[in-house]
Amino acid sequence: MNNSQWKNPGDRRARKERLFKGCAIGLTTFSLVILVVLVGHVVVAGFSYLSLDFLTSFPSRFAHKAGIKSALAGSFWLMGLVFLISVPLGIASAIYLEEYNRKGKLSRFIEINIANLAGVPSIVYGIIGLAVFVRFFHLQRSLLAGALTMSLLILPVIIIAAREAIRAVPKNIRLGAYALGATRWQTVIHHVLPAAAPGILTGVILAMSRALGETAPLIMIGALTYVAFVPAGPMDPFTALPIQIFNWASRPQAEFHEVAAAGIIVLLIFLLVLNSAAVWLRHRASKKIRW
Amino acid sequence: MIPKQSFGWKKERVIQWMLALSALLAVATTFTIIGVLGTETAVFFKHVSFWSFITGTRWEPLLDPKSFGILPLLGGTLLIVIGSGLIAVPVGLITAIYLSEYASEHFRGVVKPALEILAGIPTVVYGYFALTFVTPLLRNVLPSMQVFNALSAAIVVGIMILPMVVSLCDDALKAVPAALRQGGYALGATTFEVSQGVVVPSALSGIMASFVLALSRAFGETMAVTLAAGATPNLTWNPLESIQTMTAYIVQVSLGDTPAGGIEYQTIFAVGAVLFVVTLGMNVIAHQVMRRFREEYE
Repeated sequence: MNNSQWKNPGDRRARKERLFKGCAIGLTTFSLVILVVLVGHVVVAGFSYLSLDFLTSFPSRFAHKAGIKSALAGSFWLMGLVFLISVPLGIASAIYLEEYNRKGKLSRFIEINIANLAGVPSIVYGIIGLAVFVRFFHLQRSLLAGALTMSLLILPVIIIAAREAIRAVPKNIRLGAYALGATRWQTVIHHVLPAAAPGILTGVILAMSRALGETAPLIMIGALTYVAFVPAGPMDPFTALPIQIFNWASRPQAEFHEVAAAGIIVLLIFLLVLNSAAVWLRHRASKKIRW
Repeated sequence: MIPKQSFGWKKERVIQWMLALSALLAVATTFTIIGVLGTETAVFFKHVSFWSFITGTRWEPLLDPKSFGILPLLGGTLLIVIGSGLIAVPVGLITAIYLSEYASEHFRGVVKPALEILAGIPTVVYGYFALTFVTPLLRNVLPSMQVFNALSAAIVVGIMILPMVVSLCDDALKAVPAALRQGGYALGATTFEVSQGVVVPSALSGIMASFVLALSRAFGETMAVTLAAGATPNLTWNPLESIQTMTAYIVQVSLGDTPAGGIEYQTIFAVGAVLFVVTLGMNVIAHQVMRRFREEYE
């Protein structure tokens, strides 16, 4: 130990290096630990309430009788409507920006708009939904008002993802189609879109999973917290999974917190399925297509 | 070439117009947001003076006499933004440095998906986590802490924006060309010295932009703070107390079935306008920083 008379100047630097590396590993692992703790905490709290009855019962003022039937139905309705509204619009916008007006001034302006819209807090969309869809268009507190609000919220996400997927299609494919006399639309619909489809679908799934978990905009447009029926059409009032979870979590009684945890488990399972599908699609697409 | 009078040519034109209209929806959305917030806020300011709104220290829209000073809500929001930033900025940057400069592909392959999952967890779940896990845990250590408090909310919001900081910083660090690093290593520098002396300074614009973007998320975050931070408009710097953020106030009003037209209904637009202007400003700044100060490596 003490046989060296002088300190190697490298020692201090090497120690600093080790120290930083140690801290960095610790902090990086921190996010993994948080994830495990968060999921573990929810599962431990909610597992005992999870049963088939929980999925098939309406909400109740008794914790042990409470279920998420109406919330599940509302979320499915909402997802379906959001999908029908936002996917065609999002893909159409992406096609226009990428294939029709790529370098135009209009495109540049629209692009800036989309980038900024993506950063607008979700509750602001809720305020707009309340003022425009609920009040101005008199859609009341309906599924349709919720779906339109949510569609505005996820449109930037879909457009950005679809544009990237379309941009990744090599130019040669378009040139080949044009060379055979195809029109621009024929080129897009028969060649570019099929090639970009896996990428677009991945983006769509991720956007849908965002919509599934969003709470604030739905609260703003007045999704109800107590709904003891399954909505029959898009003009019906509704509740949704995250709204129901929020309602239970905001009650003071501890048993309702456990019911909330059970609801969160269901929500997280749906999100996991959606995200796995997206990862699988991305993986498959990257393997299959070689240009 | 299709003749201009043919059906096919017309169809092409119609399709192009329809596509353009969809794309213009984004612009329409922006104008709708500005228009709605602008007109309703103007109505609000007919009843409440602008000056008392931005300098008032009491937010009591339900009491009589009513008082509409936004500072307590703004202070509550800033407490959350600062607190979450204190967690997400250092942890996020160091995690990104570790991932891009040190970690093996295998380790990246574990951490990156975990971060993506964290990013995908709905905010209401984070609120539940703050309320039922973080707060009870902290109250063991800090018994003076209130059940609803800014600290727990700030911690979970910090966790929530962490993946965004990591992913954007990682992109920025990865964009620094390898030759710059190799120059450092050739001079005998350690990985830490290369990271802090070469890579981070080169990627600084991207890193700064990621901080601003993440903090703007924290500014507009709603559900976690509504559940965990409380509903007490409280101008305080003590994170152990119950506060109310601007977003939580908006939720509170909308939960209480407010009739349209009343001054209380107008407040959500005024507060929403402040929220929109600040987050938009932060986003514009971040994008500007990224564009203008990006070092070009070719």
